[in-house]
Amino acid sequence: MRTRHQSKKTWTPAVGMIDISNHRFSFSLANEKFGLRIFLAVITSLFLLLMISYQIRMKLSDWDSLPFPGLLWINTAVLILSCIGFQWAKIAANQNNITRVKITLLGGGLFTWLFLFGQMLVWKQLNNMGFYLQTNPANSFFYLMTALHGLHLLGGLIVWCKTSIQLFRDKKIGDLSLSIELLTIYWHFLLAVWLVMFTMMQLK
Amino acid sequence: MVIAVALILIVIGSVWFHFWSPWWLTPLSSNWSLMDDTLMITFVVTGFVFVVVNLFMAYALIRFRYRADRRAAYEPENKKLELWLTGLTTVGIVIMLAPGLIVLADFVHVPEGASVVEAVGKQWQWKFRFPGKDGILGNTKPRFISNQNPFGLNPDDPNAQDDVLISNSELHLPVDLPIQVLLRSYDVLHDFYVPHFRVKMDAVPGIISSLWFTPTKIGRFDLACAEYCGIGHHTMRGAVFVEDEGSFQNWLNNQPTFAQTIAKQTIGSENSQVRQGRLLAEAKGCLGCHSVDGSPGAGPSWKGLLGKTETLTDGTTVVVDENYIKTSILNPNASVIKGYSPIMPAYQLTDDELNAFIAFTASLSATNNTADNLVSKGKQLAEQQGCLGCHSLDGNASAGPTWKGLFGKTETLADNTTIIADEAYLKEAILNPNATIVAGFAPIMPPYTFSDEELNALIAYTKTIQ
Amino acid sequence: MAHVPYQEALPLHEPKSFWTRYVWSQDHKVIAIQYTLTAVAVGLVALVMSWLMRLQIGFPGSFSFIDPSTYYQLVTMHGMIMVIYLLTAIFLGGFGNFLIPLMVGARDMVFPFVNMLSYWAYLLSVLVLMASFFVPGGPTGAGWTLYPPQAILPGTPGSDSGIVLMLVSLILFIVAATMGGLNYVTTVIQARTYGMTMMRLPLSVWGIFMATILALLAFPALFVGGVMMLFDRLLGSSFFMPAVVSMGKMLDYQGGSPVLFQHIFWFFGHPEVYIVALPAFGIVSDIISTHARKNIFGYRIMVWAIVSIGVLSFIVWAHHMYVSGMNPYFGFFFAITTLIIAVPTAIKVYNWVLTLWQGNIHMTVPMLFAVAFVSTFTIGGITGLFLGNVVIDLPLSDTYFVVAHFHMVMGVSPILVVFGGIYHWFPKITGRMLNDTLGQIHFWLTFLGTYAIYFPMHYLGFIGMPRRYYAYEGYQFIPESAQDLNVFITISALMVGAAQFIFLYNLAWSAFKGKPAGSNPWNATTLEWQTPDTPPSHGNWGDRLPIVYRWAYDYSVPGAEKDFIPQNQPPAGENPGGAATT
Repeated sequence: MRTRHQSKKTWTPAVGMIDISNHRFSFSLANEKFGLRIFLAVITSLFLLLMISYQIRMKLSDWDSLPFPGLLWINTAVLILSCIGFQWAKIAANQNNITRVKITLLGGGLFTWLFLFGQMLVWKQLNNMGFYLQTNPANSFFYLMTALHGLHLLGGLIVWCKTSIQLFRDKKIGDLSLSIELLTIYWHFLLAVWLVMFTMMQLK
Repeated sequence: MVIAVALILIVIGSVWFHFWSPWWLTPLSSNWSLMDDTLMITFVVTGFVFVVVNLFMAYALIRFRYRADRRAAYEPENKKLELWLTGLTTVGIVIMLAPGLIVLADFVHVPEGASVVEAVGKQWQWKFRFPGKDGILGNTKPRFISNQNPFGLNPDDPNAQDDVLISNSELHLPVDLPIQVLLRSYDVLHDFYVPHFRVKMDAVPGIISSLWFTPTKIGRFDLACAEYCGIGHHTMRGAVFVEDEGSFQNWLNNQPTFAQTIAKQTIGSENSQVRQGRLLAEAKGCLGCHSVDGSPGAGPSWKGLLGKTETLTDGTTVVVDENYIKTSILNPNASVIKGYSPIMPAYQLTDDELNAFIAFTASLSATNNTADNLVSKGKQLAEQQGCLGCHSLDGNASAGPTWKGLFGKTETLADNTTIIADEAYLKEAILNPNATIVAGFAPIMPPYTFSDEELNALIAYTKTIQ
Repeated sequence: MAHVPYQEALPLHEPKSFWTRYVWSQDHKVIAIQYTLTAVAVGLVALVMSWLMRLQIGFPGSFSFIDPSTYYQLVTMHGMIMVIYLLTAIFLGGFGNFLIPLMVGARDMVFPFVNMLSYWAYLLSVLVLMASFFVPGGPTGAGWTLYPPQAILPGTPGSDSGIVLMLVSLILFIVAATMGGLNYVTTVIQARTYGMTMMRLPLSVWGIFMATILALLAFPALFVGGVMMLFDRLLGSSFFMPAVVSMGKMLDYQGGSPVLFQHIFWFFGHPEVYIVALPAFGIVSDIISTHARKNIFGYRIMVWAIVSIGVLSFIVWAHHMYVSGMNPYFGFFFAITTLIIAVPTAIKVYNWVLTLWQGNIHMTVPMLFAVAFVSTFTIGGITGLFLGNVVIDLPLSDTYFVVAHFHMVMGVSPILVVFGGIYHWFPKITGRMLNDTLGQIHFWLTFLGTYAIYFPMHYLGFIGMPRRYYAYEGYQFIPESAQDLNVFITISALMVGAAQFIFLYNLAWSAFKGKPAGSNPWNATTLEWQTPDTPPSHGNWGDRLPIVYRWAYDYSVPGAEKDFIPQNQPPAGENPGGAATT
């Protein structure tokens, strides 16, 4: 890739057309992959702000940290499994192994549903122990952050549904390999978000 | 080239407006002249830029207007010129910013020895608190706030007892002494702003913020709330009176302390001295011969006694003042009132006991001067309990109906019934406000649990506002 | 892979029915018009609200239905609608959608379906906001800044339901803005045509592009603040709610921080004003350049200024909080960053004026609006320097000085650019010119009128007249004459408001009866004027994408035959595609 100094005096007489395929500022990437990365930057901004607010609020006097139900560790493992599923599906799609794609894609999605279900169980457990949302800011943040994370996963699951249905209907991979790749990137990202948030909430 | 002319006229007009307009900073009445100076520096620098940019543009528009036989220049950039302009702009910015930061350092460091006063914002009025003789402000907590303890002071905190409380949105300060105002809020954001003093700061529930200044001129200055705080924001006004040290101390000494306000409420509306006098009267058996309600007895009734003119058995007239009462206790038969037998025994009371008794007698006379004292009691209640935060006295619309001309008025309620605002209605409106809301007002008034006497006092006060 | 051919090979679906062409359209031009019409409609509602507010201030008590509660609701809804639902929507969704694909040489936005969804989400957010007029308690009256605790406590109008609808509406808007924003950024980076390098882009694209990046990163802050406030209101949490005694009752909240909300809000709020200003900067550069027949002066530094203003806008937010009770030492940092951001902004002003210098200036209606922008933005930006300096802000904060400042920089200057931009691009959108006489009348009434409203208003701020006040009786420091000035301002405001109907009439009439414009009535260089059809058809460029040979400002090039050279005109001696002519 030829590099070109960006702020070259572009008013100097043109010496012909410049094919920007080699140009530094666009990417040899499908539009959707680029767009997804931008979207991930937006989501990063969201969770970063939440975590900063958490840190600030934590310093005030009435903070009382939550007990951590063991179920959360299981849920984390389940989410990791779902990411493995998607990653495997992506590899299988590249190899054009449609059977394997079907299994792993379904697996990835199902484990995610399991994760969401597990999260709601955690909420229920905490409620039963008397740790309601409004009892304490630590609680409020926990419910808020897990809810937003879960909602983002849900959004991804809508795309997963669409992709899976199409896969089973078309009986071939074709264009769906891009979708599967996008889903994989998205899932890995949300896993990373979960791991960071989870770790942060453990630290007192 | 109308636009160029317009720009030139705008420049001339703006400059002229600045010098002609009667609207400028309120006369500075505090130590913060440096703030005004920093503002002037900014004005000069930016004013210069404003004039130059507009005039230069006007000139360019005239000189380079379209002509078919001309071509524009082709000048993609001019590094040197751009560098110069950047440099000059940076210099201008520094000239404005540097003094600003220096004065800010001043503002952030409260001077040693500044006195302290607390300003509490509450929808929609101001209250103030001085630390009292011990110089320490007592602790407060929202859960202590009640009708009886409107400042929310911790009754167990010894530092709180001598705190001086002002509930009528009027703050007095001594001139030429630096004062730090600590800001607190009950409910929502407010902002303490006296234009003449220049400084302002939000009062935030949950934290204590502060500002400081030194008032330099004697006078009365408006206090305005400068952070939107609900529908009464525009009526949340107060006043700061700056006076000489003597007048200020005088005023301060006349304000109740926390201890006094608590005591006054412990038994009805008696303070401790009156209570002592009453207990004395009961213990010593005085009430066997002297009534408190005007009914005849072996001795003159005490109702309305203080201040009365009486004729003695020897024909002379006397005004029943403190001295007379003291003499008639210590040496009763020397000055018996005409029509009564000289049968009262002498009582040897201490000075303190005598004063307490006189206070008690005074309270009997006071409550029986129905008109004046009831009204002033009502006024006091209205101020302390925060009614004036929502109800105006001058007829203006506010969060609640104005009290001006309220008594006896015909009003339509929210449920479309019409009522006359008589005693019964007003009492109900205080005890159970949201059942009796006047049409056009939001149902946001909290109920108040007043005694019958307090209700009467408030109504008496309301009647006087015509 | 060669990139442009990849873009060119992407399928372009041709809409068939009336519904898919004009309603459920995925064409960026139709979506742009949808955004613009909706924004103008809701902006008119907010305009009427401003009349009502001014009537109360100028003639207090004359209209019995404007009680304090209604007044504060007007203040709030006027502000929120104007900033978010009008200005942001029209610059990003309106101008952004129309101009970006055309100016970069693309056939459409890269995600047309998502682009369409973005408009309908925006429309839904507007409907939800309007719904708040019909719930018990009415719309929220908390001020557009929605500060807690007041926003959700009794004593503020709409604290029951109005605030909930407002927050839900904002969340929907943020979803819409994100969907649109992904399109704008991806299209600019990925879908530029042959030869269109970043540094050959017109400044309109740079302005909107940078503003979109700001929007994508800053709106999450508003989202976070809004969701947390919803939790506080609906679920009883205490993110922002300390222990309070409201209307005599102690509530269940405790420990929350109202100042935390302000930090979160202004972390969004300050970039937001640049989301409005940066597109205006870009568009005005192109208008001045075109109508002065001269390249924009200092193109590279103009790009650098747009980028650095965008970046700096994320570290100045607490200049809105000098009197908030936050740590007073923060004031030092934010005053410095705020005054630093003035430098690239000032450079842009100089460069606009220097573009006029030695130009060959046509005083068309768009040019009039552009000149008016430079003048009013200068004064608006200057008053920002007052407020950015903490100790000057202390007396002026929350007074009419602030109101005058933000109206000048947000309400006057960018709106002048909106008008100028519409007069400038209307011929491309419709193929017809807007009526020039009506345009002149509209311009003069608007420019002089808004100056008359907002210049003197600064002086009401100097007196110390507080903002967000329903009435000013009983304040002795406010002289009687200030009320006269209020009357003057009110009358000017009503007049300016009325003048906008001339514009609307012009738009409606000229769309059907205006003089036919041809494809490039202004003889402009940028790509949007070089489309084979006007208005451009679906897919914009016909069979082949344009090829770009030069930057966007080849006006009055020495030795050239005409005083402009379109971006896609090959150099002399070359055919399109790079082959030599002989």
